[in-house]
Order: sequence, then C-alpha cells, then structure tokens
Amino acid sequence: MKYMLLINAGAVGEEGGAAGCDVGDWMAYDKQVREAGILVSGESLADLVTATTVRVGEDGRRTVTDGPFAETREILGGFYVIDVPDLDVALDWAARCPGARGGGSVVVRPVADFEG
Amino acid sequence: MDERPAGTAGTDEASASVVEAVFREERGRLLAALVRRFGDLDLAEEVTSEAVEAALARWPVDGVPSRPGAWLMTTARRRAVDRLRRDQAYAARLAVLQAEADRPDLAPVPAVEAGELPDERLQLFFTCAHPALAAEDRGALTLRYLAGLSTPEVARAFLVPTATMAKRITRAKQKIHGARIPFRVPGTAELPERLPGVLQAVYSIFTEGYAASGGPRLQRLDLAEEAIRLARILRRLLPAEREVAGLLALMLLVHARRDARTGPDGGPVLLDEQDRGRWDRPMIAEGLGLVPVALTGGPPGPYGVQAAVAALHVEATDVTGTDWPQIVALYDVLLALAPSPVVALNRAAAVAMRDGPEAGLALLDELADEPLLRGHHPYPAARADLLHRLGRHAEAAEAYREALALAGTEADRVLLRRRLDAIERPGAAGT
Repeated sequence: MKYMLLINAGAVGEEGGAAGCDVGDWMAYDKQVREAGILVSGESLADLVTATTVRVGEDGRRTVTDGPFAETREILGGFYVIDVPDLDVALDWAARCPGARGGGSVVVRPVADFEG
Repeated sequence: MDERPAGTAGTDEASASVVEAVFREERGRLLAALVRRFGDLDLAEEVTSEAVEAALARWPVDGVPSRPGAWLMTTARRRAVDRLRRDQAYAARLAVLQAEADRPDLAPVPAVEAGELPDERLQLFFTCAHPALAAEDRGALTLRYLAGLSTPEVARAFLVPTATMAKRITRAKQKIHGARIPFRVPGTAELPERLPGVLQAVYSIFTEGYAASGGPRLQRLDLAEEAIRLARILRRLLPAEREVAGLLALMLLVHARRDARTGPDGGPVLLDEQDRGRWDRPMIAEGLGLVPVALTGGPPGPYGVQAAVAALHVEATDVTGTDWPQIVALYDVLLALAPSPVVALNRAAAVAMRDGPEAGLALLDELADEPLLRGHHPYPAARADLLHRLGRHAEAAEAYREALALAGTEADRVLLRRRLDAIERPGAAGT
C-alpha cells in the first residue's frame, strides 16, 4: 500500500527554507528509504520564496500571486511516497524522518487506490 | 480454557440465557479470529452476525453444541466463503490483503478443526486502541468489537445519540480500512508505547461506568463490569504485563465499593461515610492479590500505583485509620510517572488528611489556575470541604455553589446540595 509522507518544517528560516536541519541526517534517511526498497518517489521542495500560486476564477481568468509566504503555519518542505504493507510500517518510517523532529511534523496520507 | 458445559434444549428461557452467555464470551473471539483470517473487519462483522443469528434459530431447537465457539466459527467461515463466491472482485481484493497478512512476523492462520479456538482478541484490542484513531473512539470500538455490544448499546454507554455513535464507528472503520491499520500485536520494542493506549481504552469504559459523566444515575455498573471483563481477558492474554494486573486490581478494588457508594437518596456516599460492611470482600481479596503482581519485578506503572492507593483505602478500618502518609507518598510517585492536575488534586486531599485542612487548602490554592481543573466540579467541592472543616462557612458555601453549577450528574448535585444545606442551616443536618 502506498503512503505519502508530507514533511512539514517546524521552523522556517529567512528564505523560507527549513531551519536547523542537519544535511547529514537527511542524507542518511534518504539512503535508508532507498535501500529498504520501499521508495516510490520523493522530492525536496525549493525554498518558499520561489513559490507561486495560481487560481482560476469562475470566469476562466487566471490569477497569479507571489507566495504563499511562511506565516505561522507549518509549510510543506518535501515528500516521500513509499510502498509498505500497513500503517504501522508507514508510521515507523515517518517517525524516523528528520523532518518529524525539531518542531516539524510528518503527515501520513494513504494514496487513493481506485482499482480496489 | 473457557469450556462451557453443553446445554440441552430445555425451557426456552433457560436455553436463551445459555445462548446469550455463550455469545457474550464468543462474539469478540469469533470476530477477532475472522478478522485475522480474512483481514477485513466488515466481512468479519457481517458473518459473525449471521452465525449468531443462525445459532439463535438453531440452538433453542437442537440444543447448544458441545463446542459452541467452534460451531459459530465453522458457520461464520461457511458464510464468508459463500459471500466471497458471490462477489469475485471483493474476493480478489481480500486475497491480496490476505497474502500480506501472512507476512512471517504474524502468527500462522489458526486451525479451527483442532478444537479449542485460538484466542486472537489481542490483535483486535491493539487495532481498536490504535493511536491513529481518535482517542474518544477507542473505548467505543473496544466496547463494540471486543465486548460485543451493539451500536445502540455503545451509544448509550457514552451517552450520545445512536446516529452519532454509528457515524463515529463508521468513520473509524473507514480509517482502519482505508489507511490499513493492521491487526497485529506490537513487538516487544513497541509494546511499552502501545499498551497504555489499550489500557486507557478499557479504563475509559470503567470510569464512564463508575462516575457517569451525565444522566440521572451515579454509577452504571454494567459498564464497570464490562471493563473488568475486558481487563480479565487482557490479563489472560498478557500475563507478564504488570500494568495489566495493575489496571485489573485498580478496577476490582474500586468496584468492590459499589454498593456502599450510593445512598438511599441516590446521592454518592463518600469514603468517610461508607458502610464498609457493604464492600464486596471476595472482589477486594482478588484485587489485593493482584497488587503485588503489579508492583514487583520492575518500576511501577501508573495503574499499579493507583491500585496500591485503592488497596490502602480498603485495608483501613476507617478513614482516620487509613495510612495517609503512605497514600501521599504514592501520589508523589504517580505525579512523577504521569503528572496531572487531577492527581495533584487527589494528593492535596490526602495531604489534608495527613497534615490538616490548612495544608491541603494551601496546595489546592496553588492549583487554582490549572485549565484542566476549570469546570471540574471535584476541585471546588474539595476546597469547600476543607474550608468547611476550617470553619470558613461563607467561603465553603460559595465553593459548594460553584461545584453545584459544574456537576454533571443529578447524584453529584444531591450530595453537594446536602453539604451546602448543612452549612446554611446548621443543626438541621448535623455535621
């Protein structure tokens, strides 16, 4: 079963990047996920200052705005999609993720399966 | 272990009660074994109900079979196979689930033909109390699936409308299914993290029964007994876990006082006024026997410590003869293990018994700003009692009125009104 781990940074630096995280920890975690053979996909997102939001109104007109910028809410810094047998295994991987520490959080969402 | 005498077709009433007794015990067991077998709670529930219906129709006529559990299991499995034949797509999906459920870290599929049904309820306990489910739903699921209560009965237990409870159970089931919360017992490394959730779910059923949060009655004994029954099952399944022994001991020692807790007016009778002759001595003996089990062989857990406090209460001949210094010491241990303002409140009351009302009141005043005690009627009630003992009647009356406004049950209000009357009309009610 596929689960998406949405990694929210707890503290955000000046440029909208996750603050206070150790690159070494992330590399070690990424290696573990790959070597466990459970990785479907995963990306780390560029700093929030580079984000752009698009909305399309009822009249079909598009509105493009700079941002969003980090306010008080946690912001998505990256994700993994992993394929594991059940929620307990997915929660274990989420708990091992460096993004779950230091005030950050990892939201675990099952990927919808439309074939079942 | 649970071998029951085989009944024969006697009077309708007698066989109906035998049938009912069998179901109380077997329903949860059957459901757990079927969930384990098919990996699907919905299917297991459906065929469990069908097997029970078949038994209701057949047993009063044919007599209760010698192995009722095995009879129910065989019937339920046949129904499941029929259902899967009718619905091939569903069967294909379950086959995938089943393949994954047969991972080597899980116990092998039970062989029913061997006779006694293997007990797989432990898996179901851990699923129902899974941390990924809402805390308020865990006790409800445990009552529904392990105690075998119907949804309307569970709704009554938690004092919510049936439709609300049905929605909550459906939502929780969707999460179990959709997020694939597994039916498994956590490994040794995980157990210390997961067991408290299971114990909390059972204890929440007990506390709902012991001090109903609303409604006319003070105690709902059926719920307390259901919780004790569940804890006995857990104790059999996890004999080495000291906190399971602690929880069972605590509930037995508290429940043993049930008959003495309610006065003729329906109001609660507090410990100092209880007729100790009405305590259930065999139940106390059973509870006291478990306390050493809970407290030896490692550091104590919160249920073991609370059981020790309850043991000191039942071992005393009266309130003044109670070992209050020891109770205060146990509350200190409990506060270190599981800090909570409610425990601090109980400790303050014990300190008042040990060192006098002034000392207790000083501790209570330190808790005045605790958000968790705001709206909690025992807090102003405890203050009122101590103020009363200090002769500060106007303040005591004020605190009783505050507690009255917060109390959830009529029974609690009866007691508080009685105490308030005693202050406002001294002489009329003694004191």
